[in-house]
Formats: sequence, C-alpha cells, structure tokens
Amino acid sequence: MSTSNRNRLTAGGLIDRARPLGFSFDGTRYRGYEGDTLASALLANGVRLVGRSFKYHRPRGIFSAGAEEPNALVELRSGARREPNSRATVTELYDGLEAASQNRWPSLAVDALSLNRFLQPFLGAGFYYKTFMWPAAFWEKLYEPIIRRAAGLGRAAEEADPDHYEKATAFCDVLVIGAGPAGLMAALAAGRAGARVILADEDFLPGGGLNAEAGDVGRKPAPAFAAEMVAELMSLPTVRVMTRTSVFGVYDSGTYGALERVSDHLPEPAPFQPRQRLWRIIARRAVLAAGATERPIVFGGNDRPGVMLAGAVGTYVQRHAVLPGQKIALFANNDGAWREMLAAHAAGAPVETIIDVRTEVAADLTQAARAEGIRVLTGAQVIATAGKTLTGLTVATASGTERIAADTLAVSGGWSPSVHLTCHHGGKPRWEEAIAAFVPGTCPPGLSVAGAAKGVFGLGACLKDGAAIGAEAAQALGFTVPALDVPDVADAPFALTPFWHVEGSKGAAFVDLQNDVTAKDVGIAHKEGFRSVELLKRYTTLGMATDQGRTSNVTGLAIMASLTGASIPETGTTIFRPPYTPVSMGALAGHHRGKDFRPVRLTPTHEWARAQGAVFIETGAWLRAQYFPRNGEKDWLETVSREVTSVRAGVGLIDVSTFGKIDLQGRDVGAFLDRVYINGFAALAVGKARYGVMLREDGMVMDDGTTARLAPEHYVMTTTTANAAKVYQHLEFCLQVLWPELDVALSSVSEQWAQIALAGPRARDVLARVADGDVSNAALPFMGAIEGTVMGGVKARLFRLSFSGELGYEIAVPARFGAALAQALMQAGEEFGITPYGIEALGVMRIEKGHVSGNELSGQTTAGDLGFGRMASTKKDYIGRTLAARPGLTDPDRPAFVGFRPVDPSRRLRAGAHFLPLGAAPTMANDQGYMTSVAYSPHLGHWIGLGLITRGPERLGERVRAYDPVRGEEIEVEICAPGFIDPEGVRLRG
Amino acid sequence: MRIPCPYCGERDAHEFAYLGDATLTRPDPAAAEAEQAFHDYVYLRDNPAGAHEEWWYHANGCRQWLRVARDTRTHAISGAVAARVAGEPA
Ligand SMILES: [Zn+2]
Repeated sequence: MSTSNRNRLTAGGLIDRARPLGFSFDGTRYRGYEGDTLASALLANGVRLVGRSFKYHRPRGIFSAGAEEPNALVELRSGARREPNSRATVTELYDGLEAASQNRWPSLAVDALSLNRFLQPFLGAGFYYKTFMWPAAFWEKLYEPIIRRAAGLGRAAEEADPDHYEKATAFCDVLVIGAGPAGLMAALAAGRAGARVILADEDFLPGGGLNAEAGDVGRKPAPAFAAEMVAELMSLPTVRVMTRTSVFGVYDSGTYGALERVSDHLPEPAPFQPRQRLWRIIARRAVLAAGATERPIVFGGNDRPGVMLAGAVGTYVQRHAVLPGQKIALFANNDGAWREMLAAHAAGAPVETIIDVRTEVAADLTQAARAEGIRVLTGAQVIATAGKTLTGLTVATASGTERIAADTLAVSGGWSPSVHLTCHHGGKPRWEEAIAAFVPGTCPPGLSVAGAAKGVFGLGACLKDGAAIGAEAAQALGFTVPALDVPDVADAPFALTPFWHVEGSKGAAFVDLQNDVTAKDVGIAHKEGFRSVELLKRYTTLGMATDQGRTSNVTGLAIMASLTGASIPETGTTIFRPPYTPVSMGALAGHHRGKDFRPVRLTPTHEWARAQGAVFIETGAWLRAQYFPRNGEKDWLETVSREVTSVRAGVGLIDVSTFGKIDLQGRDVGAFLDRVYINGFAALAVGKARYGVMLREDGMVMDDGTTARLAPEHYVMTTTTANAAKVYQHLEFCLQVLWPELDVALSSVSEQWAQIALAGPRARDVLARVADGDVSNAALPFMGAIEGTVMGGVKARLFRLSFSGELGYEIAVPARFGAALAQALMQAGEEFGITPYGIEALGVMRIEKGHVSGNELSGQTTAGDLGFGRMASTKKDYIGRTLAARPGLTDPDRPAFVGFRPVDPSRRLRAGAHFLPLGAAPTMANDQGYMTSVAYSPHLGHWIGLGLITRGPERLGERVRAYDPVRGEEIEVEICAPGFIDPEGVRLRG
Repeated sequence: MRIPCPYCGERDAHEFAYLGDATLTRPDPAAAEAEQAFHDYVYLRDNPAGAHEEWWYHANGCRQWLRVARDTRTHAISGAVAARVAGEPA
C-alpha cells in the first residue's frame, strides 16, 4: 500500500487521521482517511489524471469538489456491484473502495483512442448530423459500433444488482434543502418554532460551505459552528436531519423526490439495509438552500488535469487538508476567488501567482497577496497551458506573453446560484446583472429560496437570510417563531467583472468538459444558425451530459450572446428538469423487480392445489392451477385431456374464486341491473341466477357473468377475473354519478368468498354429501341459487351454473373455508373418481361448449358479434344501447362468432390465424376475421376453434383458409356452430 | 399530485383512477338526436388550458367518485366533492 499522502497537510481539516482507509484506483492501492471523498484522497496521493474525456479521450483530472463534477467520473466497485459514472468528488471514501477510470484503452496513461483529438475537426458540433446521415445502412453496421467504442462513459454491471432499494414517504411542515449556512439557519428557525422540519443534505457531513470556511462564525471555527447547529437540530423533537440525501425533484402539491444513499459509503449494505432509499417527501412549505456553483473561465487547454475551480481548491485545502498541488496559480475575475486563495495560502497551500482579467483590483487584496510573496498579474489572461498534467501556463499581459510554472490552476469566473429545483414547475430563472448570474424566477408553490441559491453571497448574509426565510415559512403555517440570535459575520463586498472566454487563446477551449464541447463548437453553431439556446444545446450537446451543464450552461450562453451581440437574458436561459442529480434505476424501481414487479394473488385453495401437484400459471394478477400432472403422463396435453375426460365422464373440481364478486343490496337493485346489463334482470326471481352481458357506453361488450338474487333486496354478481376491478369501478360510477337516486349499495366481496366449481355427471352425488340441505334437481334446478350450509354448518351459497356444459355447481364459502371445502369435495367424490382440474381443462371445456371468454371479450366486439344480439332487451335503456345501434356496429358484414374444425382432423389449429376465402391472396382486403381460441378436444379427438368471421352464422358448413403467417402455417377449416358438445344443453339440465 | 378526498383527507393521486370531464351529462336516450348526443358524450372532449372539473375515483380508499377542480396548467387542485353531494368542488 502506498502510504505517501504526500499532498496531505499535517494538521487541520475535517478528516480523522486516526482512521486510515485503504482504497485502490486502477489497481494501485492508496490510503485516505475517514472524512475524505475519493477525489480528495486521490489528490492527497498525488493522483491527478483520473479519466479520459467522452469524445476526444483527452486526459482529465478532478475539476470540482461537488455534485457539479464533469470530469472525474469513475467506475466504483466490481462484479455485480460495479457502478459506472460515479462522481469521485461526492463519493465518500470507505475502507476497501475499488475504483477504476473509464473510457480509456488500453490504459489511462496511454490511450490509443486519444487519436480522436486529431479527428477533432470532424467530430465537432453537429457531427452526428453531418457525418452519419448517409448511407443509412452504415449506421447500424459501422458508425454506431465505432462510436460506442470510442465515445462513452463507464460500463454498467452485467449481472443483476444484488442489493435492494426501498421507497418511503415522509411528511413535514418545512422541508429545508441543503444544510449550508442558510439551510441550517432556516431549519433552526422553523425547528425552534415547533414545526416538523426535514433538513436534507446531499453531503455526508452537513454544513455545506461552513465546512470549507477558514474564518470563525460566532467566535468558533466555522465547521465547529456548523456541528453545533446540527447537534441542536438533531436534539429538537420535530426536526429530522437527513444526510447523504439529495432532493432531486419538485413535483405537484408539495411533493418532493429525494434519494438517500443509505449504504453507498459502505463496501456493501449492512444486513437488511437497502443500498439506497427513494423518498417521497410531502412538505407544506420548502426552503431551497442549495447554495451556488462556481463557473470557470474558458481558455485554451482549460481541460488539462490540474485546472480546477477555485472554490474546489479551497475545499480540498480547508476541509480535507489536501494540497491539490505544490505550485498553485489563480485565474479569476472576482474578489471572492482572491480571498479563497489567500485563505488556502494561509493554511499552507503554496499559491504563487494570481492572474486577474481585471485591470483594477481592490488594493487590500493585492497588498495582502504581495505581502505573502504571491505574484499578482492584473489585466492578464491565461491563453495556453502545458504538460500532460499541468506544468505551466502562458499568460498574456499588457506587456506581452510570459510562461509561468504551475501544477495547479484555480479558475473562477463567478458563481451561479443553484436554481435547479426552482425550475421544476416551469419557472424561468431571471438574469441578475449585479452578480452576472441567473437567480430564481417564479418558484413552485410553497417553495422559497434562501442564501446563495438566490444570489445572496457572503456568509453573514446567508446566515441572516436563512434565518429569515425559515422563520417566514414557519410563520406562514401558523407557528410562532422565537427570535433567533444570528451570528454577525462581516462580508467583504461582492466584486466581479463578467468575463467568460479568452478569445485569443491557443488550443481547444472547452465549455462543456463532460460532453467535450468547445468554444469553437459554439461558434460553429452560431455560424450555422443554431443560435437559440435550445438549438445550441441540441446541436452541440452542450449541457446535455449527466452533469446537466452545471459548470457550462451559463458560459455557453454568454459566448453565444457575445457572438450574436445580444445580451445574455435576450439569448435565453436554461430550464432545469428533474432529476437534479442522477438517480439510479434501482432506486426508482425499488422492490418492484423480478417476481416482485407485480405481486401475484393466491387463491384460497393454493396450498391444497400445490399438495395435489398442480402446475401454476400467472393469469392476470393471479397465480392459478394450470393442470395437475400425474406420473407417467408425457406432456401437458395428455394431462389436460385426462382432466377433461374425467370431468365429462365423472366429476371434477376447480377453484373459481378469482372471479370478481360484487354484493348488491337495496330496493332498486333490479332496476339498476336492468340499466347495466343488456338483458332484463328486474323479473329475476329470488333463488335464481341469470347470465348477463354488459356493454361500455360506446356499445362494445365490457364483460359478462352471472348475477343471482339471494333475497328480494340482495343480489350477488360475478365478473370475469380480468375485469373485476374495472366492472366494480364502472358500477360505482353508474350509481354515484349517473343514477344517485337509486337505492343500491355495492360492496366488493371477491376476497371474502372462496368459490369452487364442481362439474360432471356425478356432481350432484358429490355435492349431496357435502351440502347440509337438499340439492336435488327440484330444490336446486339449473340456474338456481340458494343460501345454505355445507360441511356441517359452514355458511355457503350454492349456484347451479355450468361453464363446462356438464351438470355443474359453484359452491361459495367464506374464504377461510376454501381449502377445507376442496378437501371435503375430494373426499366425498373419491368413489366417483373426482379429479381436480386446472384452467387449461376449464378452457378446453368452455371451447367445446362454445362459451366466449377473455379472447372474445376483446373490447372490439359487440353483443351482436358474439351471438348475444337476441338477448338485448328492446324494452329498456341500458349502458351502451344507443351507440351499439350505430351503423358500423350493426353492419351485417362484421365478423361474428362461430366455431371451426379442421377439414383434415389431424391438423392443429392456431389462435390468431386469419380467415381468407379459399384461393384468395393473403391481403388485408381479403381478410375476413380471425381465430380467437383453439383447443384439442378429447371429446371429438381433434382440434377445434372459436373465432370471428364475416357473416359467420350464415356460413355454417363453408370452408375457408386459416392463414397464420407468424408460424408459417395454413390450413383449411370448416365453419360450424360454436357448440361442439351437447348443443341442446341436456347435460347441464340433467 | 395530491387530492383532498372529502372522506379520507388529502391523499396521493396514485390512489385514484382518472376518468375525465365531470361536467358532461349522460344524454336522454329517448331524445330525437340521441345518437349524435351520445357520440358527443362518449367521444368529444374539450382540452382546456386552465380550470377543469373532472372525475377521480378513490379506488384505493373510500371508493367514492369525486368531482375535482384542477388547473390543467399547474395541476393545482382547488377542491373536491363527492359525486353524490350537490355543489361545486371549488
Ligand atoms: Zn376517499
């Protein structure tokens, strides 16, 4: 392990020198300390080259000390936990951290593809549009693979993520975003008033700029002051401090999205802890105290490793006790950067030269610098840089150019308030000439901005503003805010002369470091007419990388403004959209992955069916028994055919609890049913059930099912499994919105009742042994529905219904008795060879019987299409009646429901095959309909089908082609009536 | 988005199902131009930028249909009343 830490100061900083942490970068081992970021630890060890750029593979170093980092993107961890594009500047160091540089080949130091920079003239603005337009076929085969190889970011893990991610919701009165000076004061003001406060900060150490501040606050070192504030906040019962938490989006009604990096600072999450947690924070008010982001000045060679934002140099020195270099120069246009450098120098950082574009700089600063032996060049500009990592600068002054040795160049072009979240409801930032920066415009409702995020610069001013805005937020909610003692900090005056780009500089001058967009590219966009900021962005990709142009947007805009001669606000502004920082897909998915993407519902007899050897299948939201294979059966078809045959010859049972069940009570249920079903229900007798068809208001069939009248004012309806929720919602709409005058109360009872279908010629024999009362044909005739008991006193509803075409019953018991009922029926049916069957056999029997099901209730079929035309009452209005009469829906040429059998009985039918007249070409014009359902009928010994074909019922006996281009099959079929078994219904009435 | 359900309090929009314009009235099927009226009722919708009164169903809550006043430009919700209760949402 390298133990150098040669750029580490011996004292100071917010690191714990008693807790060394080992880590590796590109396979080399290093040491850092607790309190380091990966970036500060790399700099401490003298590692300055950390990556290659996106397009030109230029060597890049660490540019910032925060979330705005465009360069230092690394792959973290390895194997399944490998995470690309991690910003080293916000990656908290932990023992054993492994990081690797990205986008380099074969190695970081020697990169073959850095040749790309010789291609730079061709890869400039709009190169995607210009170079690869023609020929189109080359795109997939040639250009894309090359570009993917040459340009790119890190590699995603190729294995499933072994960690899990949580979602959580929190509520508060005041959400404070950012725990810098303004945020801490805002949280304290609201917290002391008794408001429920959440203070969220993306850093692992709250305090923001206070942690990099050299001076005192309230007679304490600034970081100690911050720590004291945090301690008090954490002691307040209504305040919650959330560190490592980025608020990334502002949504409607005071809803904020936040990402908590619960375990990113650990090699792997602790047991039962998620890697990250996605928060939905509901806040009555919010205070944005996100601070500001420093912006660079653009000049030739400004991307060389060693060029760094001035504030970042200050942060590394003050907070991490790291010297970014041994010969430091500053290039700036403002006083704040001078003070930052003087403080760094006082802390031991060897600052040798200060270069300022201004000819006039406050005398106190120049005198202070000279007193420290720092060379001062005013009215000067950096025009070039040298070295693989920075070794020297070329500076143009009034008297000519000169070379200056430097291994670190701190750059500052001013500060841009972090207005991002204020734009999330479409608000546009406003240009503030006094600070040459965009400040918040119209904010989302309930959000106010405090401190540097709104352009209030200066520590003292931020503390005061935070306290005031926090108090205001709490007061607006009715809290009484006690007076807050805000420490006095004297702020130096803000002095900046806007300066963006050194026009006479040599070499590529990068505006957007992450997307490799140069000042020249902005010039090309201007020349070619892409001058509006939205076009500039898209044409050059400026600001469109994962950093969202934090350090480049305003500069790019300013350069364009200078080219067009317009002002910056006239040229445009940039709107920021969520998320503020990248959010991992894992966090957005949370637990909804793999089998948990959509949890399955289990039937009341699930365990019983499993014990019977069932094979299960997901049908909609349910896991249902598909079939029950027995030893020696060679495939599912043999199993299903055996189940069907056993039912038709003896008796079988299946769980049908998944049907929707709706309880209807009240004086007007009959009238209500008349209005929602096409057929009449008002005359349904107590103790009877009736099949019904429902339409949508547009005239298409919505659902079908049976409704039974259990008592004069008590009915129970069944719906199809798939439409249970939709039908219930529809019925509530009809009752609450359309006909509130009807006396009907609805209740979904799908979960409360287990329902088992018993079918086959011996069904009554079995039921008689389980039911406590009389189930003879007289007591319970076909379509009868009675309440009684089974199994010696278990409340039950008995329905004489048949989906299979056999003598059939459905027995409903309270859900907890479902499995017991299945067992009781099995026992009672043992001597009749009772067979449990699954939904495959159920499907085969309904196709044999010619019943419609989900395949036919497709939302595109009318009652007439499905053969229910004569069921529709003409004596009443019902939902869908008027529009069902439209010419298009009553066209006699519409495909209508019939059966199909293969002319050659050895051939298999395929659902989805389209019907064509014999000899007709397979064209849309000749298409007459399609096969909706097919099954192998053990009863007939060949395949059978149901389908929709033009004028079907008039064409029984006619032969057509069933054409299946997907499987490349074609077969001749004969149209027949849709009942293949017992069409007269003798069996089910028996 | 959060909807103030008169029965359940302010709840997240995830709990609700949306239907659309709450100012439409189901036409009289016996009227002379019933087919045209139903066609308009089922298919034709205004798409206003601004105030909109619309149906939301509290599916994962009280199962009531609510008449909600929402500004389509800002998603600001100014009120909600149950369908069965007379009166304007806001
Ligand atoms: Zn509700």
